[in-house]
Amino acid sequence: MTHDLLRFATAGSVDDGKSTLVGRLLHDTKSVLADQLAAIERVSTERGMEVADLALLTDGLRAEREQGITIDVAYRYFSTTTRSFILADTPGHVQYTRNMVTGASTAELALILIDVRHGVVEQTRRHTAIAALLGVRHIAVTVNKMDLVDYSQERFEALEADFKKVANSLGIEDVVAIPVSALVGDNVVDRSDRTPWYQGPTLLEFLEEVQVGIDPRDQPFRLPVQYVNRPRTAEHPDFRGYSGRISSGSVAVGDEIVVASLRRSTRVTAIDVVGEPTDVAFAPQSVTIQLADDIDIDRGDVIAAVEQPPRLTREITATICVLSDTSISAGQRLLARIGPKTVRVIVGSVVDRLDLETLEHAAHTDELTTNDVGTITLRFADEIAIDNYDDLRTTGAFILVDDQDGSTLAGGMTRS
Amino acid sequence: MSGANDSAAYALDHLDVLESEAVHVFREVVGEFDRPVLLFSGGKDSVVMLHLAAKAFAPSPVPFPVLHVDTGHNFPEVLTYRDETVDRVGVRLVVTYVQDWIDDGRLKERADGTRNPLQTIPLLESIVSGKYDAVFGGGRRDEEKARAKERFFSLRDEFGQWDPRRQRPELWDVYNGRRRPGEHVRVFPLSNWTELDVWRYIEREQIVLPDLYYSHEREVFARDGMWLTPGDWGGPKEGEELVTRTVRYRTVGDMSCTGAVESEATSVADVIVEVAASRLTERGATRADDRMSEAAMEDRKREGYF
Repeated sequence: MTHDLLRFATAGSVDDGKSTLVGRLLHDTKSVLADQLAAIERVSTERGMEVADLALLTDGLRAEREQGITIDVAYRYFSTTTRSFILADTPGHVQYTRNMVTGASTAELALILIDVRHGVVEQTRRHTAIAALLGVRHIAVTVNKMDLVDYSQERFEALEADFKKVANSLGIEDVVAIPVSALVGDNVVDRSDRTPWYQGPTLLEFLEEVQVGIDPRDQPFRLPVQYVNRPRTAEHPDFRGYSGRISSGSVAVGDEIVVASLRRSTRVTAIDVVGEPTDVAFAPQSVTIQLADDIDIDRGDVIAAVEQPPRLTREITATICVLSDTSISAGQRLLARIGPKTVRVIVGSVVDRLDLETLEHAAHTDELTTNDVGTITLRFADEIAIDNYDDLRTTGAFILVDDQDGSTLAGGMTRS
Repeated sequence: MSGANDSAAYALDHLDVLESEAVHVFREVVGEFDRPVLLFSGGKDSVVMLHLAAKAFAPSPVPFPVLHVDTGHNFPEVLTYRDETVDRVGVRLVVTYVQDWIDDGRLKERADGTRNPLQTIPLLESIVSGKYDAVFGGGRRDEEKARAKERFFSLRDEFGQWDPRRQRPELWDVYNGRRRPGEHVRVFPLSNWTELDVWRYIEREQIVLPDLYYSHEREVFARDGMWLTPGDWGGPKEGEELVTRTVRYRTVGDMSCTGAVESEATSVADVIVEVAASRLTERGATRADDRMSEAAMEDRKREGYF
């Protein structure tokens, strides 16, 4: 029995009870230790609060504690006997869209909060849209504050139906709704006897059991090369290996592969996974592979399945989210990072801006500013190997970087 | 391959995923930077880091040196372990001595005798004089709440300062190491590991650690609710009584501020059971420097500490 790892992101605001829910999850899985609890109790008392403010657990920066808001993504870690969890706790307000994008980029599942009294609101649509954009295929929606509506089955089921409509319209099929009260603890870790009509899992049961992994055999092989390993030592005078982390699919000794940008194919002669020889390797293992022919492969090249190679192109259309205070507009010269590859790029045009609350595309936009999500076209200085993000997350993703000061300006997802 | 048709054969244990992620980060740095260096103290996190680096670049040797800032208050057995380990792995060790800085007056000894805060400037100077552009540290986000906001790649200016509001967003597994002259990047491959993960990995990989991580009898005295080891650094003071206790260390740093915990855990397996059942965080139990204030770590990180 393997003990696996689930990465998930939470979205919601203080008003939805997100901090309380996260605090409850950590507290009830015994992930909050005595000295942490003592510290937040002391601070809560100093501020005249009657109960420990569990939000203080995740608000790590002085400014966040002083202002009582979450500014940045906070990563929390907990585990049960069957799984380890990495929780990216992201702020919910519109001015922090970029942080939710960051948190969702590595998440396999999104946990979205709804206040049962308010139902599906604009913020819910925005959080769900961001999860969908970032390729998160599974959503758990926790319908919170059930204690305030007398644990009404009718209210819960109406909300569940509303939410599924929104999620399905965004292309997310796997949605589970769970009635909870984070404050009291109903159905978070322990099953509540106040919702006898609910037969589904508690939140933690769901997190422990949900299957989010993609079988590597269902996806084409991609290995973005990070490093060419040439020891040139007495022991290994002629060793030449290509190191990287398999981003999708699997590879076996003897497989025909293609080095995408060089249009050269050859055969895999040896594979090792972090130093150990093996016959087969798969995503997300870090490997070093050796090839039958000497090919001049560099950092940034993509080694791929010969029958399903990535697209080679100098132009793409992509959805981006603007992460910095610098706007993105047509004609800008920037750097793009696609995995280990750095390439010069010019913004061709800004096609539209997505209104995350109405989910409508507004055309005729000149520029995209902080927290904006929209469609742009890009022209690369060189031909690049790339996939569509919805097919392959890692080889379809990129960031845009300011050539002058090196800052990260936007995250992008290749659409075509 | 017995399980070629078995989906479990294509599933990874969480330690495998964390290991692969850390190796990916090591390789990114060597691919992007000219002069990386790894901070190596002989503490368990740095030992795991060196182990991962050796695996990441096999069969080549580790392609960067290791750096230790010796406060002069280090446990002698840890220094011996440090020297043996770098010899065995075959990496070059660079040591900066805080004592040199005190002797020539560039740093002043603190009244409380603690040298942990004094490390920052010698560290920054070593980074500048060594022309290092990327510095690997074993910091983990689960250690402390300011660290929970730290990136894998953490850009520092020429003063080594961390500005949490100017951090670069980090999406997917794309790490932006772009820097201007004078800037360097701190890199944390173990960001997503917990204390328990580190110990489970030590067990799985059969990594040898300094003996003081395991239960032993030791002469100690109590200060600030911790068991400290006496030494030249200034303990015990009058009124502090030496006693013999069965203890082990959960972290290993400057002797003046690293406390031992009472423990019967004599093996890695025992330690894993103990850590899993612990009701105190690693730093809360053993680090006086982190107890100074609610934002002690954030403040030190802003000043260039790791």
